[in-house]
Amino acid sequence: MSEFPTKAKCVVIGAGIVGNCLVGHLAKLGWTDMVQIDKGPLPNPGGSTGHASNFIFPTDHNKEMALLTLASQKQYIEMGMNNTCGGIEVARNPERLEEFNRRMTSAKSWGIDAKLLSPAEVKELVPFINEKIVLGGFYTPSVSCVDSLQTGTLMREGAVKSGNLNVFANTEVLDLEVENGTIKAVVTNKGRIEAEYVVVACGVWSPRIAKMAGANIPLTPAVHQMADVGPIDILQKSNAEVAYPIVRDMDTFCYERQTAGSMEVGSYAHRAIFMHPDDIPSNEASALSPTELPLTQDDFDPQMEQAIELMEMLGDAEIKYAINGLLSLTPDAMPVLGETVEVKNLWSAAAVWIKEGPGIAQLVAEWMTYGYPHLCDPHSSDISRFYAHEKTEHHIYARCDEHFNKTYGIVHPREQWATQRNMRRSPFYAREEAAGATFFDARGWERPQWFASNEKLVKKFASACEPRAHEWDARWWSPITNAEHLQMRESVGMVDLTAFNEFDFTGPGTMKFLQYMCVNNVDVEVGRSVYTPLLTPGGGFRGDLTIMRLGTDHFRVITGAFDGGRDNYWFNRHMPQDGSVKFTDMSSSLCTIGVWGPNAEKTMAKATQNINAEGKLVPFDVSQKNFPYGSVRDVLIDGVPATMFRISYVGENGWEVYTKMEHGLRMWDSIAKAGEEFEVIPVGMGVYAVTGRIEKGYRLMGAELESEYNPVEAGLNRAKVKTADFIGKAEYLKAREEKPCAIMCTLEMIDNTSKSGIKRFPTGGNEPILTNTGERIVDTKGRVSRVTTAGAAPSLGKYLLLAYLTPEHAVEGNELRVMYMNELFPVRVARVGSQPLFDPTDARMKS
Amino acid sequence: MNILVCVKRVPAPGARINITSDGQQVDTAFLGFTVSPHEECAVEQAVQLVEKHGGEVTVLTLGPAEAQEQLRTAVSTGAVKAVLVPIDTTDWDPQRTAQAIATVITELEATNGKYDLILFGNESADSCGYQVGIRAALKLDRPIVNGAKGLDIENSVAVIRRESDAGVEIYKLKTPACVGVKEGINLPRYPTMKGRLASKKVEITQSTASGEVGGLKLIMLRRPPERASNTKILGNGPEAASAVVDLLEELGVFK
Amino acid sequence: MTVLAVVEHDRGIITTASFGVLTAARNLAKQMGAKFEALTIGANADALSEVISKYGASTIHQAHHQALIDFGPEAWGESIAQVVRKTSPQVVISSGTERGHEIIAQAAARLDLPAAMNCLEFDKDFNGTQPLKVVRARWGGSLMEESQIDAPIKLVTLANHIVEPQEELSTAPATVLAIDVDLDDSVTQSFVQDRVERVAGVTLATSPVVVSGGRGVGSAEAFAPLEELAGLLNGVVGCSRAVTNNGWRNHTDQVGQTGTRIAPDIYIACGISGAIQHWVGAMASKNILAINIDAQANIVTKAGYAVIGDLHVVVPAISAEIRRRRNL
Repeated sequence: MSEFPTKAKCVVIGAGIVGNCLVGHLAKLGWTDMVQIDKGPLPNPGGSTGHASNFIFPTDHNKEMALLTLASQKQYIEMGMNNTCGGIEVARNPERLEEFNRRMTSAKSWGIDAKLLSPAEVKELVPFINEKIVLGGFYTPSVSCVDSLQTGTLMREGAVKSGNLNVFANTEVLDLEVENGTIKAVVTNKGRIEAEYVVVACGVWSPRIAKMAGANIPLTPAVHQMADVGPIDILQKSNAEVAYPIVRDMDTFCYERQTAGSMEVGSYAHRAIFMHPDDIPSNEASALSPTELPLTQDDFDPQMEQAIELMEMLGDAEIKYAINGLLSLTPDAMPVLGETVEVKNLWSAAAVWIKEGPGIAQLVAEWMTYGYPHLCDPHSSDISRFYAHEKTEHHIYARCDEHFNKTYGIVHPREQWATQRNMRRSPFYAREEAAGATFFDARGWERPQWFASNEKLVKKFASACEPRAHEWDARWWSPITNAEHLQMRESVGMVDLTAFNEFDFTGPGTMKFLQYMCVNNVDVEVGRSVYTPLLTPGGGFRGDLTIMRLGTDHFRVITGAFDGGRDNYWFNRHMPQDGSVKFTDMSSSLCTIGVWGPNAEKTMAKATQNINAEGKLVPFDVSQKNFPYGSVRDVLIDGVPATMFRISYVGENGWEVYTKMEHGLRMWDSIAKAGEEFEVIPVGMGVYAVTGRIEKGYRLMGAELESEYNPVEAGLNRAKVKTADFIGKAEYLKAREEKPCAIMCTLEMIDNTSKSGIKRFPTGGNEPILTNTGERIVDTKGRVSRVTTAGAAPSLGKYLLLAYLTPEHAVEGNELRVMYMNELFPVRVARVGSQPLFDPTDARMKS
Repeated sequence: MNILVCVKRVPAPGARINITSDGQQVDTAFLGFTVSPHEECAVEQAVQLVEKHGGEVTVLTLGPAEAQEQLRTAVSTGAVKAVLVPIDTTDWDPQRTAQAIATVITELEATNGKYDLILFGNESADSCGYQVGIRAALKLDRPIVNGAKGLDIENSVAVIRRESDAGVEIYKLKTPACVGVKEGINLPRYPTMKGRLASKKVEITQSTASGEVGGLKLIMLRRPPERASNTKILGNGPEAASAVVDLLEELGVFK
Repeated sequence: MTVLAVVEHDRGIITTASFGVLTAARNLAKQMGAKFEALTIGANADALSEVISKYGASTIHQAHHQALIDFGPEAWGESIAQVVRKTSPQVVISSGTERGHEIIAQAAARLDLPAAMNCLEFDKDFNGTQPLKVVRARWGGSLMEESQIDAPIKLVTLANHIVEPQEELSTAPATVLAIDVDLDDSVTQSFVQDRVERVAGVTLATSPVVVSGGRGVGSAEAFAPLEELAGLLNGVVGCSRAVTNNGWRNHTDQVGQTGTRIAPDIYIACGISGAIQHWVGAMASKNILAINIDAQANIVTKAGYAVIGDLHVVVPAISAEIRRRRNL
């Protein structure tokens, strides 16, 4: 073993599946002078990898997780560490059979071979199962068991052999040194290493390590119980590590996986049991390992009964090994990846499970190398997605407690959190509550999705507001949304947009800085605005936002609640270090009301004043002539200083009206009063985010706009490219020269009647768009056509889907199929590119 | 034939045993608990004996309420009755323990008749006192032999095999008798899932007993000094064979 | 004041552990300014007394009874109790062996006195009048307990190998006192009734070479190369608790707290992680060679020598090298 170094380019802390694969991938991408340390011994330092059940069920409804899992399985296969055994998810409840239809759909999207099985077919593959309690199975032949320890060892040793890595086991991190907000050194019990980059890949210990640098990795170690029972005759006779498919008993949240002569029974059904990273025992003090804690038997007993019910032979098998195994849980059940927001060059690769480990290692390595990953958009794993309140232990425990038992649950795409609600409320909350708002959570904000007070409009617009016959389609949805939509288009509506993030940039360097960040030219007149994408260095979407120019050196960025954290990080990460730009997060200072509809101008004309040249309070001229689309003005609304921004995301004339939080309620009441004669209504996010948006074909970051796609493909490229340099410019210019291999399209469902005669409404959860013969549509870059947003278009009387299509299919009028719940429905390409289906010339917004 | 087995709840530690800051106990915050190994074998031996000769096995423990867990483990591997003598600490001193156990056994026997055999572990894994069984046997006026690596019953005589440097010693005790059992007498079975579930249903009898505090008083626990590692690595893989044989020659174990 | 050493012997042959006990008793007596006396039980007392007197005992009590021709824990315990009642020593000390623990426990039970087993140290300030503070081994030696014996007579056993035996250089001849003890039927049935003498040859406990395997060996069959190496070195094969728990080998081969404690010239630990329960059984070995794939395994850091590698390859290579050097 070589001497402990004092300097390195990069120190990776942790030698589990993630740390090991990460050093392997970094070495392949040309990184040299790396050091990997772990406080435990090798090859099993005692983390979660050491006791993982090591199986991969590739189907996932989440695109990011599915792609990462498939990429991981591919790597396991390439290293000869993938043992294909097949896997069957079995249903005990009828709802689960419905879920299997959904899983068939997701499997189709990601190109995973899968099949529904009858109980008898399940029995054929798993002869020891009690098929009498099974209603059916979802069979994936490619399910596999992997050797994660050996895979990690090979990856690590590969990096060592290439001469780019030194490894030190039994090396405990005592401190992380930070200088000027940048990581400086790792202090260990073997010595101090200065490092340019440090990666925390410490699994359940990650929060503890990150904290040493003042950074936050929001996860909690949590218990997953498992027991190994055996020997069992039929398994022993199979003479194989895994001869029978792994069975996931979905409705009891339990799995049975053969391990040679015995069976491993694992559970996600017990109460959530958390542990603090500081409390995890040392290797020396642990009877087995730090993450293999003694089984709390009472929690496991119900699972044993269920397991015996499913496989009677398990009852007489001896319990040889049973643990409370620790794994990592995060508040939203997604990994925590990327550079920490607090400390430059300190990276997190945490909350990762075996099935996605190698893929995530590749993704993080690419991210560190290229400035953004190539494998897929890390949108929902990005560490910077969290807001302050989401990083507290309080929040982590509450949310993990809520979702732990949903590990095998049936989770609706629109499903709302029950815990940690009312964390952030707009000043209008009391009015909204009084109007019977159904609130949805937007990263802590309570946002009205629809209002019971508008129920009367359902009758008014009855033909467009039919209830949905299928409970799944109707879940977390209301026909009131369609009614609100039509009323807004008929007269005027008020939308609470307080969840917006507002970032102010001031100082002499602002223009130059923002030009570098944004695709479109931000050098507009004061009082004007710019819509612009932000790109990754690879030319894909990194952000999507609007910017108001409030002064010569004063710009205000407006971005959505779901991307505020990520955008905040992205801007700050690129801020010039010379102090020429000052950043102020105004998000908690400002509230916003969207006022839109044909009567919006009349409403605001009544509500708005300003002080004229003579110092007198006079009505403000809100006409398009004085106040054209895209411009920004300071006004007074019933004495409240406000900023109006003429813009729309719903395709109607109107404004986003901003004021300080404390003025908000007064402003709301004033506008509502002014709108009374026009029957102004509060309008929920169901309109703003779905129906209004989809009629206009507006793209959303994280749905249509992802780093895998560029502005040309999304139809968001402008005629000209500004001369100033910006991130991703070279790739953007290249993309403009090429014929796009995928084009964002709007599709309409031709007939949404299912075989059972019920009308169905896809939720927009990655349902595949298929050819008329049911084939997947995959573009030349390997990206699959799938629904990115789905929603009703009440003004058009259609149900619309957004999806990228290959040029051959991106032809208006072309008929294709969408798969939903394992059934094919005919769809037609209604629009290729970004021109709206509703009001294609945008006349309503500008008149 | 009825057999009573006295068991103790002990922690299952790792390579390093931590002590609570007051030095009074082993820090068991993240440790599991088990039946002390010799007693685990005593339960197994008792179960095998009743499987062979008929009768039933009762397990008894003196310990905290949590020790029910160990009683249930014993039930899940074949015992049918369980008795808890609850105390409010992890254990009592040996004299007090023996007195309490003897009192409870006397009460149990008053209603159930005498146990043919009462088994103890040779010593507990944690406190290593080597004396509770002997003290209890004397109070119960029954013979006892410790260190049993073999135990059978022939015509109401317990035949005990015990290892010594010179060979195997054989003792014969007329029942009712007591025996201190050592690990290695058998390979105890693990609980089955069914056994575990059944054990949850067994009713645990609670018998209180006091007992006078004995004369051995704990002051504090401490860990022995750590030995510094000074390992000489002879090599990696099969290439090290030559260096190993050199060492064996040097030590004189290979000539 | 008196310190009484109870001498463990097997049918007249004194055990090695007893020499440490005699030495410790003498040292303690000197510290207390007390007399150092010894007790033998049963047959061959005179021969034993001759050995004992070399250690400086001033008086040797010989407990006699017609039944005391072999070992019987209850009879021995009762004999000690009667002698103690008669002589009222301050401290009674015997060996930390299976028999030693058993007879001290028997005596303590009969005298209704506390007893402390496996003592490692005695209070240096003990003068015989106050409670005796001791340090004794728990958890097979991986933990130490400081405790106090609060009784007029302190009964203890001395942890084995803890005191180096040392004869007294100049000694006056010991006074031998024969005591006839009174043993009734209640204690005479638990004598050794029969025995199977060990056949000649090395045992796990006595072999100078032990080749031991752990979980890393993987199966019962995979012990064959270990058997071969042990055979070439005239040693025996041992194993860890994981191995016996898996049913790969008999418990008689188990080294550890609940198995056999060994002290060979060399202990070759193959694929053993070195959990404490195993370590306490092996730590008295004069040399330890660990063969482990994991350079950071516990056993490797504790061993004097190590080979890092897969035991399934390394062990056969060592055997091959031995055969090569022997021209086999």
